[in-house]
Amino acid sequence: MLDETLKTRIDGEVASSDVVLFMKGTPVFPQCGFSAVVVQVLSHLGTKFKGVNVLDDPSLREGIKEYSSWPTIPQLYVKGEFVGGCDIVREMFETGELMELMNSRGVEARPSEGVA
Amino acid sequence: MAMEANEIERLIKEALPDAQVTIEDLRGDGDHYACHVVSSAFSGKNRVQQHQLVYKALQGRMGTELHALALQTAAPN
Repeated sequence: MLDETLKTRIDGEVASSDVVLFMKGTPVFPQCGFSAVVVQVLSHLGTKFKGVNVLDDPSLREGIKEYSSWPTIPQLYVKGEFVGGCDIVREMFETGELMELMNSRGVEARPSEGVA
Repeated sequence: MAMEANEIERLIKEALPDAQVTIEDLRGDGDHYACHVVSSAFSGKNRVQQHQLVYKALQGRMGTELHALALQTAAPN
């Protein structure tokens, strides 16, 4: 069971920014291919986000899985709501649903017209 | 740690009897699969809920025995 202090700590992390990505590594140095894909999607949308490196904190790494009843990392949260892991974020990005979700929650997200 | 493709399929079908399951071993190491599942159990559910049904069917192996499962789910149209 997720103990109360850990749950409160995770609640705090999830609420600490509009977009929070629990990942392996950091946005600048992702240490897992799946985490890197989500970082790429978010930077492609120009969306500011907070990366939380679960590799720095084993109890957080396990606790977050119970918190969202989702067995893997990365995990993306937008305005406190769990959106999905790598597969779902990529699929939603490809269909345009991710940008729609972000904009509907008042989070800036727009497809970059090709990187200069 | 690794799993056989037919074991993944068996577990999914045990939990979702009408499921059509296609599995591809991405790297031939039994640890990185792509899996597409179609089942009426997904109707009316969002993607997170659909994927959670598949993870539940795998009885805790996702993220432990099975490192990577690129999952796509759909309800029959």
